[in-house]
Amino acid sequence: MNAKPFKWRNFKSSAVSVLCFLCAVLVILPLALVLIHIIRLGASSVNWSFLTHLPKPVGETGGGMANAIVGSFILVGLAVLIGVPVGVLGGVYLSEYGSDRMNWSVRFAADILNGTPSIVWGIVVYALVVVPMKTFSAWAGGLALGFMMIPMVIRTTEEMLALVPGGLREGALALGIPKWKSVVYIVLKTGGKGIITGILLACARVAGETAPLLFTAFGNRFWSFNLSAPIAALPRQIYDYAIAPYDDWHRQAWAGALVLILIALAINIGVRILTRGSSPTATR
Amino acid sequence: MNAASALRKPNAEERIVLSRPSKTGDAAFKFLTWCMAMMVFVLVVIIGWELFRGSGPSLKKFGIGFLFHSDWDPVNNEFGALPFIFGTFVSSLVGLAIALPLSLATAVYLTELAPWWVRHAAISLIEMLAAIPSVILGLWGIFVMVPWLRGPGQGMPGELYHPFPLLKKVFGFLPLFKGPIYGVSILSAAIIIAIMIVPIITSISREVFRAVPDTQREAAFALGATRWEVTRLAVLSSSRRGIFGAAMLGLGRALGETMAVTMVIGNRPDISASLLAPGYTLASAIANEFAEATGAMHLSALFELGLVLLLVTFVTNIAARLLIGAGGGPKHG
Repeated sequence: MNAKPFKWRNFKSSAVSVLCFLCAVLVILPLALVLIHIIRLGASSVNWSFLTHLPKPVGETGGGMANAIVGSFILVGLAVLIGVPVGVLGGVYLSEYGSDRMNWSVRFAADILNGTPSIVWGIVVYALVVVPMKTFSAWAGGLALGFMMIPMVIRTTEEMLALVPGGLREGALALGIPKWKSVVYIVLKTGGKGIITGILLACARVAGETAPLLFTAFGNRFWSFNLSAPIAALPRQIYDYAIAPYDDWHRQAWAGALVLILIALAINIGVRILTRGSSPTATR
Repeated sequence: MNAASALRKPNAEERIVLSRPSKTGDAAFKFLTWCMAMMVFVLVVIIGWELFRGSGPSLKKFGIGFLFHSDWDPVNNEFGALPFIFGTFVSSLVGLAIALPLSLATAVYLTELAPWWVRHAAISLIEMLAAIPSVILGLWGIFVMVPWLRGPGQGMPGELYHPFPLLKKVFGFLPLFKGPIYGVSILSAAIIIAIMIVPIITSISREVFRAVPDTQREAAFALGATRWEVTRLAVLSSSRRGIFGAAMLGLGRALGETMAVTMVIGNRPDISASLLAPGYTLASAIANEFAEATGAMHLSALFELGLVLLLVTFVTNIAARLLIGAGGGPKHG
């Protein structure tokens, strides 16, 4: 089939293998570089006062991002309140009730939503909530993040429930248990770990989002627990500090980035621990 | 089970199990989940409707010309989206051109070549790369990547160890690399975009490669093919469609990428042939100007930028979805 000498072909094969390996290294390199720089530049600035203090007024050095860290947790909490019930129950519909055609279109729409740029969610929620309320608010920010969570959670829930063995459902029905009970107490419980994993990963993803918060939660340099008022968020604060012309703010942006990465990392490690035990895949 | 126990009355626990399942509970629960599933359609409609409504005045005033005009002048209420569309497409396509070969090579390495432990480690690392928030990548972009790309400045020692001066020196005769080096530029944005879309393209193409049956590889080996020939003949050639889909999905992400791009692209609404010149994208224009929009028409024009962005990502995502066929067509659900 090939008249070229075997040696040359073998050499070519090895050369391509090496090239592929180098590409893989090159792909992972930015991760290493970003992490190294965040740790090097951020670690020296993350201390107790950074975690517990409000931002200082412009021009004064010091201060922290305590309000932004708490604000991010509040926003993600609101997003969970909106995204999780809709996402999980929507996923239940796909795996337990929907017809093939219906499921196909729901998945299609969910994938389209997943691909919608996050900045678009920002302006949509601005028009939907901020304009009628006449103020930026935590509600609006949480809603934007929650909307983003819905398609993610629907898809992971469906995938996880698909792993639950059909025998469990049939067994429950054979015992005369109403279908909804078998879904809630047996199917959802069996797939629970996987679903929670999906929810946590969705949380980690929206926690790092900045664009949808720019014109919804807006940001705040003070403590705010009023959900109808603008609220600070960590990614947004990092952005503001990064593009500001003050060196001290740049330093704090790196510190904020380190905190944000650590939160995301903590969630990821939590997920690893959670999925280490028995999962629906193991029972299949 | 003996006769006596079969005849006794059911105790409370058994009664719950034995009672006739109520149809209303089932119907209500099904309806509830149905409503939640329908939310995805509601959201699609909400997005489209709100953007359409918001861009009403701008649509009415500029019509289709909005897409082809390059003036962006909030003071005189003249708006045209061309520089943003140009910046979005050029940065995304260049980013895709950088990311695609790297991702494919990585996916080939991970599916065909790597030992299992390298594979595991590399896959988790690439997942971590995907999990880095955009704003953090942007922060790194401004303070680390862009200064490195730009180099120490013209005529300084060691200048040519940095990519942009080197590109300009070697390829400066091409219009692509003409003009002064600012650092923040379309090319910087493209590199950041490439970093952001590599994980998704890699993971999709990895799945596509893995879906190729092993018998095909074995057949190629049996014919005496080397490893690379096996990959090329048995894997790559039958994955063309999937690779194209992965690229479209990556492109969809790239087009809508906001924060990191806003931070390194320079935000200047110019159309320049040079990749080293600053640019502007649809998403970064919205991010920068929306909160400070000066008038109703300005706001409406920004909404229309959002509408354009939505439509563009819609098309790429639908194309990707049809090519990859996740879940297949309606037939196989």
